[in-house]
Amino acid sequence: MESFSVHRGTLVPLDRANVDTDQIIPKQFLKSIKRTGFGENLFDAWRFIDEGEIGKNPNERKINREFIFNDPRYQGVSILLGRRNFGCGSSREHAVWALFEFGIRCVIAPSFADIFYNNCFKNGLLPIVLKEEIIEYLFGLATGPQALEVEVNLETQRLSVETADDIPFEIEPGRKEALILGLDDIGMTFMHSDEIREFEVRHRESMPWIFSHDQT
Amino acid sequence: MTKTLYDKIWDAHVVGQRSDGATILYIDHHLLHEVTSPQAFEGLRLTGRSPWRLGANLATPDHNVPTQNRAAGVEGIEDPIAREQIITLDRNCNDFGIRQFDMTDPRQGIVHVIGPEQGATLPGTTIVCGDSHTSTHGAFGALAQGIGTSEVEHVLATQCLVQTRSQNLRVEVTGRLQQGVYAKDIVLAIIRLLGTAGATGHTIEYTGSAIRSLSMEGRMTVCNMSIEAGARAGLVAVDDVTLSYLEGRPFAPEGELLERAERYWRGLVSDPGAEFDLSFELDADELKPQVSWGTNPELVVDIDGVVPEPDIFDDPEKEEMAVRALKYMGLEPGAPMTELRLDRVFIGSCTNSRIEDLRIAADLVRGRKISSALKSAIVVPGSGLVKAEAEQEGLDQIFSDAGFEWRDPGCSMCLAMNADRLYPEERAASTSNRNFEGRQGYLGRTHLVSPATAVASAIAGRLADPREFM
Repeated sequence: MESFSVHRGTLVPLDRANVDTDQIIPKQFLKSIKRTGFGENLFDAWRFIDEGEIGKNPNERKINREFIFNDPRYQGVSILLGRRNFGCGSSREHAVWALFEFGIRCVIAPSFADIFYNNCFKNGLLPIVLKEEIIEYLFGLATGPQALEVEVNLETQRLSVETADDIPFEIEPGRKEALILGLDDIGMTFMHSDEIREFEVRHRESMPWIFSHDQT
Repeated sequence: MTKTLYDKIWDAHVVGQRSDGATILYIDHHLLHEVTSPQAFEGLRLTGRSPWRLGANLATPDHNVPTQNRAAGVEGIEDPIAREQIITLDRNCNDFGIRQFDMTDPRQGIVHVIGPEQGATLPGTTIVCGDSHTSTHGAFGALAQGIGTSEVEHVLATQCLVQTRSQNLRVEVTGRLQQGVYAKDIVLAIIRLLGTAGATGHTIEYTGSAIRSLSMEGRMTVCNMSIEAGARAGLVAVDDVTLSYLEGRPFAPEGELLERAERYWRGLVSDPGAEFDLSFELDADELKPQVSWGTNPELVVDIDGVVPEPDIFDDPEKEEMAVRALKYMGLEPGAPMTELRLDRVFIGSCTNSRIEDLRIAADLVRGRKISSALKSAIVVPGSGLVKAEAEQEGLDQIFSDAGFEWRDPGCSMCLAMNADRLYPEERAASTSNRNFEGRQGYLGRTHLVSPATAVASAIAGRLADPREFM
């Protein structure tokens, strides 16, 4: 996994609550068996006016000029500012893959759906939760004539923008460390293989019915 | 110390703590399907890892499978990309030795229908699947959660999930359901009450007389949509209904082992006085059939209600959401819901495709015809076994006589990854679980309802109150 410590980039404000993963990456693109190739169809039904299909040439698509991602100010963005319950709905990790491949490294919102939040950390994407009033304040800063430039420092847990005081944010220490070091999640759990094996032996004794069809 | 049902299952599965503070939780059963697993198997190959406990896994293709012309098998799938995904699941299951009900197996079906049907879903177990509607299995008093693909790989490799403990939320549904009102109406009303993020970070336990009187199918419908309120899991405590459902199912224990299991399962209830972080109540006596009007599952009204004005929401963010939803759905505030004309009707999905759902639907449509104004009305059973059972009871004939198409099992129009879908601006009554923009087809308009409301609506050619047909 790509590590994350300090990131500097421009921010796109997406002023909608309950952005669901069906919007982030629509279902017709989930037929791929790869982890890549989703970026160009990020927010497909919102970024384009024509219906998206796998294999459609992006240069021949009809752009939705009204969608904020197509605003000239917000080209090359890497930080997404969202509203409440970002990433709700389907568990599809393809949503995080699409955001990451599009270039998004950090999503800031007042709240996230659990599965999406979790999926972010597995892919080197940093989700930051901030209070509603700070989100509101950032929306104000982000909708000026130029895109807002933000530095996200995971080590110090601070967001910096040029015109205002730094904004601190909270994150679980374990998740922070894993992101900074780009740790292999499975590898970390494997360090506990013996414990898992011992648990399994005890579990099999106390609840054998769980294992009774393992061999059939 | 008193414990909730969630606490009991959690505590019985804790392996230990990782250095990052997260809990390592043992996973008893893992369900897989074609859409969220290929990248996980690829990950295992790249790192030279193999599944920890093969017997914990059960796979079936469901999201992509066509619901017609199934005799042609995998080769009959017209969409080459969908076909490749299903062939990839076959290959991965063969290569790694994972049990699969493939597309031609009579037991194939929606993963959340086949687990319980096979008795693979057992009380007190931990269950995961790369699908958010895994919460369905909580109806058995199992801790069942939807996970992402990285976690699918993690569970395959380590038989564990890394998590922090969730909070406990109780929804007590008092009273009893009136005629024409079903489990689906209960859960739509709950999401309407809690909101789409009301249960984020929580596991919901559904309690109360109205839940206790539900069949296992009804409880599964309720638990299925827990995720639509933001909860990762939903639970119903074990009782006689649970135990008698499990009897004689292929993967369920038998004989002495069953007796021993049942002694343990009987204890899978929240202790009296156990503390919940949040509690809500809903009165089933007062509940009417529910219908969604907007683009997320909290935007719900009574079937005899009207499309609401956006300013019923005090919160400006919600008001804006409502304005956007009205526009997308092509609705005017004040319009009675039962005046909305429909293009298509879908009965199916992991929410409502079990035998009981089909019986309720068939009972209502028996001897009637669906509206000729509809472009299509399809019934998609949840599994090959549900289909066979329904055919044995003659339900397929009732549906066909009424004008419904009787299909083969799969997720179908719930998420429209196969050919079953809405076209731009078409309006549907659907027994599925999500009404998000484009969910059932690009620019399609979904109204979530119970199977009975779907049938009443199919007969009327517009959204309709099932109580008028009883």
